[in-house]
Amino acid sequence: MAVTADSIAQLATVEKSRGYWRSVGARFLRDKVAVCAGLVAAGLILMAIFAPWIAPADPLDGSMIKRLSPIGTEGYPLGADELGRDMLSRLIYGARLSLFMGVVPVLIAFAIGGAIGVAAGYLGGWVNTITMRVLDVLYAFPSVLLAIAISGALGAGILNGLLSLTVVFIPPIARVAESVTTSVRKLEYIEAAQASGASSLRIVRDHVLGNVLGPIFVYATSLISVSMILAAGLSFLGLGVSPPNAEWGLMLNTLRNAIYVQPWLAALPGVMIFLTSISFNMLSDGLRSAMDVKQ
Amino acid sequence: MISFILRRVVYTVPIMLGVSLVCFALVHISPGDPLVSILPPDASVELQEQMMAIYGFDRSYPEQFLRWLGRAVQGDLGNSIATGRPVATEVFNAVGNTLILAVTATIIGFTLGGLFGFVAGYFRDSWIDKLATAISVIGVSVPHYWLGMVMVIIFSVELRWLPATGAGPGGSSQWVWDWEHMQYLILPAITMSVIPMGIVARTVRALVADILQQEFVSGLRAKGLLDRGVLAHVIKNAAPTALAVMGLQLGYLLGGSILIETVFSWPGTGFLLGQAIFQRDLPLLQGTILVLAMFFVILNLLVDVAQTALDPRLQRG
Repeated sequence: MAVTADSIAQLATVEKSRGYWRSVGARFLRDKVAVCAGLVAAGLILMAIFAPWIAPADPLDGSMIKRLSPIGTEGYPLGADELGRDMLSRLIYGARLSLFMGVVPVLIAFAIGGAIGVAAGYLGGWVNTITMRVLDVLYAFPSVLLAIAISGALGAGILNGLLSLTVVFIPPIARVAESVTTSVRKLEYIEAAQASGASSLRIVRDHVLGNVLGPIFVYATSLISVSMILAAGLSFLGLGVSPPNAEWGLMLNTLRNAIYVQPWLAALPGVMIFLTSISFNMLSDGLRSAMDVKQ
Repeated sequence: MISFILRRVVYTVPIMLGVSLVCFALVHISPGDPLVSILPPDASVELQEQMMAIYGFDRSYPEQFLRWLGRAVQGDLGNSIATGRPVATEVFNAVGNTLILAVTATIIGFTLGGLFGFVAGYFRDSWIDKLATAISVIGVSVPHYWLGMVMVIIFSVELRWLPATGAGPGGSSQWVWDWEHMQYLILPAITMSVIPMGIVARTVRALVADILQQEFVSGLRAKGLLDRGVLAHVIKNAAPTALAVMGLQLGYLLGGSILIETVFSWPGTGFLLGQAIFQRDLPLLQGTILVLAMFFVILNLLVDVAQTALDPRLQRG
């Protein structure tokens, strides 16, 4: 009997949660702008994954006589860069590192910042005060400045770039997590769970997370667009990804010297950054209204 | 009000200490010996010993931090590795140029963003609203350094209307508000103004739409107040929040100007930071970041105080 009752209870929760996500999905699909943005973003991710199959040429293979060939040259549909490498292939391959550098810091910061924020919000009291004051210090820096400060001190490199961007995004995510958790903690059913003797860990896992993860996640997705621009910006400054890797910000940096020779060729990597950033931005907006998160 | 200002100032002190601690740590998280990273590679043994005595790298971290902080408060930020000049002088010269650029960009961005946002919020869900919303989404998603490059391509390379880089004949030290110089300001300022424009348009749109739905507006309308009169009330109510966003954005521009200044070789703090990174000039990096971050903290303080002065209800919050 006990087993049946348990499995029914489980079934009920599964059904309920699927109903919520189904309605979120339905609302999202009705938002044409968000669906388009989602398709573009998905396309970019697929392009990154299948780059070796899509790209017509090797992104690192240059040809001295083809240097700075204009857009539309035979065999080089989008021209060739300052070392005679196929621009189209480099743009396709560039999606790999560019998306990686833009998305991964937000994911790590979501995990770390979310954990810090939820813990501070749930525990409250002096733990909350101290945590939030420490984060306030990092928050006191404009995000671009902090990212540049940290990776400037650490030096160029993919890991250093990831690290500095992660540090930049932890405080804002933790702040949002803290404020959502604090508001949930005051609700009566949490009090009921506490009164029934459930441990803090169990209450957070079973009753708090389900209610706070959504808003925190939506907020985190809104940071991906910023992160893309910042990550490419670091490479643009000579931090982050180093040559000869294909990465859009770095490509923009090295092609900047060619701006008087092949101006529009030099601007191409920026189009990719813009496209990625705007599609993630609109995707996040759509997600927010579909999940009905108020900010 | 005075007690609020005092509380707010007192609250800022630990933040400032924390910010300087982060800046202090920059030299120490940098790989390698801190002594090596603040000295030119060909430094003599005497210079090394001299620096060791000044900075005290053999002492404990708290002691080092206090000594460093003590010198920083007196305006000694160390010497640049690349030029050998005091970092404080370099930063001081550059800050003025950054302010010229950032303030101009803020004014342009706020005028346009405020206008777009206001019109969009006032005529909600009309085509103007959709256009303004689209512009603001583009404004926040565009990589501004790339936009700067595109501006250079269009207006300098193709049309040859405006100079691409630099700050005019006077160079970095002699700024004058005449056409000779101002033509160098146009492209970077417009590029930079796009950053706050989108955010301001979004904020103002939401504010105006929100205020128009409040009861006192229908009350005013019911009293027979004309649209222009309602408008004045809306502006009055939106002003404190708009001001707060404006202050914050100016601060972000001061810190975020580095990429745009690099594109346009504008001789401000961002350009200085770019050089510091390129030459791995850590004292210059540290000093510039410290000054910019402190600027930002103080600006935040001023914005908070001004906002509360305009809207005393905030004091309780």
